[in-house]
Amino acid sequence: MIKSSLPSKPKKILVDSDNSKAIEMRDAIVYNIYNTAEEIASKVVRKTESKDFSRKLDDILTSPLLGFPVMLLLLGVVFWITITGANYPSQVLATVLFWLEEQLSALALKAGAPAWLYGIIVEGMYRTLAWVVSVMLPPMAIFFPLFTLLENLGYLPRVAFNLDNLFKRAGTHGKQALTMSMGFGCNAAGVVACRIIDSPREKLIAILTNNFVPCNGRFPTLILLSSLFMGTITAGSYNSYSAAGMVVLMILIGITVTLIVSWLLSKTLLKGIPSSFTLELPPYRPPKTGEIIVRSLLDRTAFVLTRAIIVAAPTGFITWLCANIQIGDLSIIGHVSGFLDPFARAIGLDGVILMAFILGLPANEIVVPILIMSYLSAGAMLELDSLMAVKELFIEQHGWTALTALNTMLFSLLHFPCGTTLWTIAKETQSKKWAVLAFVIPTTIAIIVCFLVAQGARLLGIG
Amino acid sequence: MSEVKIIPLAQLPIRSWGKVHSLLAKDDSRRRLMDLGLVPGTRVEAIRRSPLGDPTAYSIRGATIALRKEEAQKVLVIPTER
Repeated sequence: MIKSSLPSKPKKILVDSDNSKAIEMRDAIVYNIYNTAEEIASKVVRKTESKDFSRKLDDILTSPLLGFPVMLLLLGVVFWITITGANYPSQVLATVLFWLEEQLSALALKAGAPAWLYGIIVEGMYRTLAWVVSVMLPPMAIFFPLFTLLENLGYLPRVAFNLDNLFKRAGTHGKQALTMSMGFGCNAAGVVACRIIDSPREKLIAILTNNFVPCNGRFPTLILLSSLFMGTITAGSYNSYSAAGMVVLMILIGITVTLIVSWLLSKTLLKGIPSSFTLELPPYRPPKTGEIIVRSLLDRTAFVLTRAIIVAAPTGFITWLCANIQIGDLSIIGHVSGFLDPFARAIGLDGVILMAFILGLPANEIVVPILIMSYLSAGAMLELDSLMAVKELFIEQHGWTALTALNTMLFSLLHFPCGTTLWTIAKETQSKKWAVLAFVIPTTIAIIVCFLVAQGARLLGIG
Repeated sequence: MSEVKIIPLAQLPIRSWGKVHSLLAKDDSRRRLMDLGLVPGTRVEAIRRSPLGDPTAYSIRGATIALRKEEAQKVLVIPTER
């Protein structure tokens, strides 16, 4: 019963843990430290703050009856605020940035720039950048401060407390709930955070499954597609409540897959029982507004946006080339997406979507911009100045159904992690093997899930 | 004097108190529990269980710490009054 599951560590020179005298001595030292500390504390520390408030709040937030509903509700509210709040600034940004594009075009025309140069710089690099900024920035600037607020209040450890039993049954470490919440920001950061798990076995499980929580690079995609999905179901007029509910559902699917894959891994490749775990539930604190704004905007939003922009420009360049270099009577994009199309259709996507995911390997943020650009290059050029225009492009011009939107969301949620995350995994595990597995496992799952959903829906005559 | 009852911390009823008697844990696990302040004589209150039944939150020296059943099984306590 008291067998330690921890891997044997090199024995210390001074304290041999098998030696009962050494144990006695260690115990005596800790005992004395605590007694002395208590003695001093009782003399100099006066307790004024009552812990009643935290306890009462915990009575609700971790109660058997309300704990889970409140958790889901909070998540839903965060996404609802993000979705409704991001709509307007997104449109303003898009309007401004595409007005700027017109000015750039006029300038290029006046200067007599050759068509290919104009295409690469304005239609390729600038337009991708503009899309990344107008689609990504508003939801990020709203979501991150809200998430940091929950973090700052001390709510995250309560989530870990509520969910821990599931992780224990999956054979993983309780801290995995915390590394997963880091993953909501960025999976590469989530993978680095797995350092807090001591046992190598459980650390690997946490690393390999971190990708199943959608990072912020995928949130805008999920948010956009969930409104699109609701749009296809309710004939254009979606409401933001159901869209927020859809995003929450995606997160729940991600958590479920995390638990299942963790459980499978701890039964097969990474066998073992969970090691010891303690979790502190700190008292709730009033949030520090300044800190929240600085930390969420500078540390997270700016960091992620910079990374997206750095990746977006060269990818926009490559995508433009692929869309405009003709081989035979088709562009490179046409050839590649045509080749991928039969397979992609079998899993409920289309060739262009699958290609966008592959081209988006450097960063998930650019999947939607690539998709838009590829569709635009294949169809009629239209003025893309609002999110409604994206919906029209996807649904009316390229035949997206509810199934397409759903499966694109599922694929985005479950597919391979971005290049940065894979590289981080290789570095953190000191092995290419785990990085390869971190690519293969999610991708296989994404394909299987999307295939089953697509075939199931078709069998039932939907989509 | 009546016989002293010793039970594992995991069996301490919610909203009741106990005093640490000894630790059954070994090695790292023992070290971790002691670092939390679970040394003989420390008073512990069982506060609440997770909605899923495990872990349980304990009040230990002013901090609220959640322990899984496996850990709390390795701490022996003597039930006390408040």
